[in-house]
This record gives sequence, structure tokens and C-alpha cells, in this order.
Amino acid sequence: MIFYTQRAIKDILENRFLNVVTTITIALSVLIVSAFGLFFLNAQDMFNAWKKGVRIMVYLAPGTSEAQRLDTRFRLQTIAGIQSIRFISKDDALKLMKERMQRQTSLLDNLRENPLPDAFEVTLVTESNSPEKIEFLAQRIEGLPSVSEVEYGQQWIDRFANFFNLFKLAGYGMGAMFFMATVFIAANTIRLVLYSRREEIHIMRLVGATDNFIKFPFFLEGLIQGLSGGLIGLGMLYAAFSAIGSQFEQTLSAEMVAVRFFSVGVCAAILGGGMVTGLLGCFFSLKQFMKE
Amino acid sequence: MTSMAEKSAVIRMFHVHKRYGAKQALVDATLDIAKNEFLFISGPSGAGKSTLLKLLYLAEPVSEGQILVDGMNLSRIPRRRIPLLRRKFGIIFQDYKLIPSRTVYENVALVLEVRGKKRSLIEKKVKSVLRVVGMEDRLTAYPPSLSGGEQQRVAVARAVAGDPKIILADEPTGSLDDESAAVIFELLNMFYNRGATVVVATHDKTLIENATGRVLQIRQGRLETPPDI
Ligand SMILES: Nc1ncnc2c1ncn2[C@@H]1O[C@H](COP(=O)(O)OP(=O)(O)OP(=O)(O)O)[C@@H](O)[C@H]1O
Ligand SMILES: [Mg+2]
Repeated sequence: MIFYTQRAIKDILENRFLNVVTTITIALSVLIVSAFGLFFLNAQDMFNAWKKGVRIMVYLAPGTSEAQRLDTRFRLQTIAGIQSIRFISKDDALKLMKERMQRQTSLLDNLRENPLPDAFEVTLVTESNSPEKIEFLAQRIEGLPSVSEVEYGQQWIDRFANFFNLFKLAGYGMGAMFFMATVFIAANTIRLVLYSRREEIHIMRLVGATDNFIKFPFFLEGLIQGLSGGLIGLGMLYAAFSAIGSQFEQTLSAEMVAVRFFSVGVCAAILGGGMVTGLLGCFFSLKQFMKE
Repeated sequence: MTSMAEKSAVIRMFHVHKRYGAKQALVDATLDIAKNEFLFISGPSGAGKSTLLKLLYLAEPVSEGQILVDGMNLSRIPRRRIPLLRRKFGIIFQDYKLIPSRTVYENVALVLEVRGKKRSLIEKKVKSVLRVVGMEDRLTAYPPSLSGGEQQRVAVARAVAGDPKIILADEPTGSLDDESAAVIFELLNMFYNRGATVVVATHDKTLIENATGRVLQIRQGRLETPPDI
């Protein structure tokens, strides 16, 4: 086995140019597809975190009395699907706003009257996180007395979820296309290698080599190319990830979402995919070539 | 008498024709080659000697007729069993057919590898046959860097390395001086004495004059027995 691997490597080096082309093709495809996958993975993380934190802000009409407020709170408590209710007085809201906008506080200081409304922050139990449920709950809350406005990111989440699914589908489609294109390119470059070695293959046949004996080293070469292509592609992605990801992380850290790379298992699967690509390329070119 | 001949024939050809397009390379060839026979096939250039040999190891299909090799009917042999047929032969090709990108050692080792021999045995065997043909110090050379005669000697070594039942030698001494040619013939004789069947195609008159075995003449694709002396 070691011997055959050595010979395969020697053969790869002999046909350096074509093999480099194959390896780079595989590497680029792995890079593009897995970059997309990585982006998707992190976007999904973020989306999930966002979805989990769905809140409904219930703004009370100006001039709501404390009794009315307590009544509203009580009514909110009776609605199923609500996990917690937190009162945010308009003073608290202003203080929070001032904290967030440290530089521009003078602007707020000049306000004679607090323009913000009192509000309840309502979080939902996880089962109520579906778009329809949120919509339903929001409508019920809006119908309560003293409630002036209900705000929730639902339209956004809806739209985003749709977009996300589309994105996912496009990702699969793109992955499949890249896979086929790569197999096709690999098959063609391997065919050129076969063509350049047809005399050798012919001689091997004349001295009694079976097809499998002849094919084996080519499959080994395809495997090595796929593996090295996968490693190169994944390595490039990781380098890019390390460079970009750390900056990204800083801006996102406020949101409590960590940017992450693929797990070891997924990396292995990607390398496996590279190897399958190399093997399939060999398979198709050999199938055609050996008939002649 | 006939049944004896039939039994001991390792190669049988019945009314074999070979055409390359319109060109008739072999016409109605019927021939038995006995087990452990040393047979010469002689004839002028273009007579069809190489063609006759090529039909035996299925480098070319027959146009008409039947060929049996060691009991295998070549027209019925499935594709995947062709390698088995070819391993019965040790072939010295007229154009050597050495793989240019492999060393002398690797070229000879190939015929043992395809037979699934063990690595240690291959090394011993390859070195010993290369020693016999006087190429033991060129193990790592590549064929294009060898002279014609050296390439031919490697080709001979490769043909005998697999201990074949039948040796087909197409012009095995074409590029060799008398002395090297004699060495090659000694080698072929050695295998003949060990029980192999040897078929030599050549137009070299001196070889044929010194021949001990049967000599077949072929002229414009037709087999003819030379007049008895
Ligand atoms: N592949 C081919 N296609 C067409 N014609 C061929 C082919 N191979 C051989 N021939 C023709 O068949 C005839 C016999 O060729 P062959 O090679 O058997 O001759 P030969 O007896 O071996 O000659 P030499 O002594 O020069 O090697 C020749 O006329 C040759 O031109
Ligand atoms: Mg010839």
C-alpha cells in the first residue's frame, strides 16, 4: 500500500501540470461551497438567537393610571403563551436611552417632559415562537384596554425566515452544481492524464494487467488529489475565517453570538466530499477510457 | 498419431485469416504448435510474422477462423479473462514496448506485479533475470536513455521474468550484435529446456540456419513449409 501510494505520488509529480489543475479545481470548489456553508451556519446561529429572544413591546397610552396599568398587567397574565412580563416605566426607558446615547445626552437633558410611554416587555414561551402564534398574541394584546401600540419584529422574522429558506435551497442547489462541475472538470483533466499515458496503459494490458490493476493507481491519485484539494480549500477558508472572523466577533459580541468555524465532523465530511469528487472524476474518465 | 499431436498442441490455428482493412496480412493459416516446441517463423519483411503472433495474444482479433491457446478458444474468451490468456505468454515485442516513464527495474517488475507476486520475490527475480541479460547495473535507468540493444535485452528479461508457459519472441535479436544475440538464444533455450514453448519470428537468415527446431516460412501472409534439405 505504501508502495502504491509512493508510486501514485510519483505519477502525480510526473503529470504535475494537469494534477495541479485538478487539485486547484477541487480546492476552489471546496472553498466556495464551504464558505457559503460557513456563512450560512453562522447566519443560522444568529437567526436562532434572535428568534429565541422574541419580545413583544406593549406600549401604554399616555396618561394611563396605575390602576389601569395593573389591570392591563393582570389581563396580560391570563393570556396563555406568555412567559414573563416586565414593566418598564417611561423614566426607566429614558434612563436606559441616556445610557445608550452617552454623547448626545444633552439633547435629552433639554427635554422638559419625558416623551416616552410606559411599556411592558413581554417574552414568550418557546412554543409560542412560531410566526402565526406571535401574530395571534400580538393581536390579542393590542385589543386590551390602555394599550396604544404593540411592537414586535415579526414581519422581519417572517420575511427573514422565508429568505432564509430560499437561501438554504439556493445553497444546496449551488453545492450540487459545484460538485457536478468539479467532477466534470476533474474527469476531463484525468482523461488528459490517461490520454498522455495511453501507451503505458496499453503496454500494461499486453503483459496481462487486469483493468482493476490499471485503474487502482488512478483511483489512488484521484483520492490524493481530492484530499489535498479539500485540505487546501478548507485551509484557505480557515485562514480567511481567522482574519475576518475576529473582527466580526467584536461587533457581534454585544449580541452574545459567537462566530464559529465548522466542527471537526463537518471538516471531515468536507474532506470526504473532496475525495469523493476526485474518485468520481476518475471513475467517469476511466469508465470511458477503458472501453477503448 | 493425430490424437497425440492434438493432445500435445498448446497452440492451434484453424483457417485463420487476418485483414487490416483491404490488406490481407494472413491468409488461411492452419498450424499446430506443440507443447515444448522451439518454432521459428521466418519470412521477409511485411510477410505477416508479427501479425500471426499478435493474433495469439489478442492484440488483434482474427478476421476469420479459430485459435486455441492452451485449451482456450480465443473467439469465446470474455474480455475480463484476456489478462489470464496474456499471462500465459512471455512476449518480446518487435518494438520492445518498454514504459518510458518507468525504470528498467519497474518495467521488468511489472509482469510479476500483474501476476500478484510478492514484493520480496519480485525483487529477487527481477535482479536475477536482468543479470542474465547483462543489465543488472542499469536498474534505475529509464528506457529512453538506453541503446536499442540494451532496450531489447530489458525486453527479453521482462518476457521471461514471469516464468511463462509460452515465449513469443518477435525479432528478439534485431538490434543485437552476434555475441549478445547468442546470450539471448541461450536464455530462450534455457526456458525451452525447462519445458516452455518458444516461438521466434525473425527474418535473420543466420539464426534460422543454426536453428534446431522446426522452421515455418511465411510469405505474403501464406504459411509454407520450407523444402526439406
Ligand atoms: N495495424 C495495421 N494496419 C494496417 N496494416 C497493417 C497493420 N499491421 C500490419 N499491417 C500490414 O500487414 C502486413 C504484415 O505485417 P507484419 O507486421 O505482420 O509483418 P512482419 O512479417 O512482422 O514484418 P517485419 O519483418 O518487417 O516485422 C504488412 O503489409 C503490414 O503493412
Ligand atoms: Mg514484424
